[in-house]
Amino acid sequence: MIPPSFDYVAPKTLSDAVAALGGNENAKILAGGQSLIPLMRFRLAGPTLLVDLNRVESLSYIEEKNGWLRIGAMTRQSTVEFSDIINAKYSLLADTVKVLSDPVVRNRGTVGGNVANADPINDQPATMLAYGAEVVAVGPKGERVIPITSFYIDLYQSALARDEILTEVRVPASKPRTGGAYLKLERKVGDYATAAVAAQVELDASDNFVSIGIGLTNVGLTALKATAAEDFLKGKAASDENIKEAAKLAAAAAQPIADVRGSEEYKRSLVKTYTVRALRMAVQRAKGG
Amino acid sequence: MSTHHISITVNGKTHEADVESRLLLVHFLRENLNMTGTHIGCDTTSCGACTIRLNGTPVKSCTVLAVQADGMEVKTVEGLVENGALHPIQEGFHEKHGLQCGFCTPGMMMTSSALLERNPHPTEDEIRHAISGNLCRCTGYMNIVKAVQYAADKMAEKVEA
Repeated sequence: MIPPSFDYVAPKTLSDAVAALGGNENAKILAGGQSLIPLMRFRLAGPTLLVDLNRVESLSYIEEKNGWLRIGAMTRQSTVEFSDIINAKYSLLADTVKVLSDPVVRNRGTVGGNVANADPINDQPATMLAYGAEVVAVGPKGERVIPITSFYIDLYQSALARDEILTEVRVPASKPRTGGAYLKLERKVGDYATAAVAAQVELDASDNFVSIGIGLTNVGLTALKATAAEDFLKGKAASDENIKEAAKLAAAAAQPIADVRGSEEYKRSLVKTYTVRALRMAVQRAKGG
Repeated sequence: MSTHHISITVNGKTHEADVESRLLLVHFLRENLNMTGTHIGCDTTSCGACTIRLNGTPVKSCTVLAVQADGMEVKTVEGLVENGALHPIQEGFHEKHGLQCGFCTPGMMMTSSALLERNPHPTEDEIRHAISGNLCRCTGYMNIVKAVQYAADKMAEKVEA
């Protein structure tokens, strides 16, 4: 299993990378390569040029700035996993990265790759939907910011133009009374999710939901935002009764297909159970527990 | 097709070669350099048999292109020996019967050697977590964990001595 022939460039700057990408219609960005290289080996992808971002050092950072936690697209998953700031203040992302693939793959895989790949089986798309994240894209015409809610179009299709590079993923800076959790069922470490639920909440002083984000992994053609469940909870008390009701709505929003990981009914039921548990944990964390 | 002139330092020795873009690092090691200590298992970045250290970090060499390692330091299982003496992790696998068929062993050793540098006194749970991207189909994990614990103790003795 050797990939078909292709050209390869490894620019050191983002502008050189944009120029290289724009110069070939069949070019593809190489980030961590943990999905793309196996796909090329199976000949399910056949770009004629790979533009490797691994030498663009400016795309690797984690920083809190101007109300956002900003993560450079080439930041390795293991860097996120061991980031003090993320472990201390971003529980949803911290949970997600710990169950994303396996520890050795995380040394190579990147946040930008996981998000830009637009594969509903990846873990970070649902997490970013729950956070209400934004992504930054840079192309020949300059930079634009895309809300994650309009980023995922279809299976492997994002709002990125062919000549644009995702350079940053940003989530709202952590504040008091917020908390999140990611719960994933996987058959073994390194497997994709049978289904997973991302939840991020903010509570007011009386423990009512101020804002709620719920993202679902691998139960649709894109990662899904369980908007009916979110709308239901808004302004309501963070009670178990309300959480259970919202979980039913999240399960109804799931569009799973039967495969080796389980039947439709099983996955829908899993979404319901994990939505309850993820919301409970998010609420507990928002209360400071 | 494009070819690239690359220079990769493997276990301290620099190798130069002209390679196609599509040549994978694991094939460069095994076929160009005849260093077959690094194994190929699943070919899909799942099993971890091909784990090597790239600038110190354990990565699966079946999903890294050789050209991507240009100018970098690679360490393979052949490079664990120090001054003719087994690395504590190798000694651990030997003493604790950390292998049966041996196929996963090079990857296990590269991953766990990096763990012990980052965390010299890992708990059993931390060891199991760290090697969770490396599969042993003999299901010999019990002894692999013991081997890593042995190496941790051995390395601690060395530091104290």
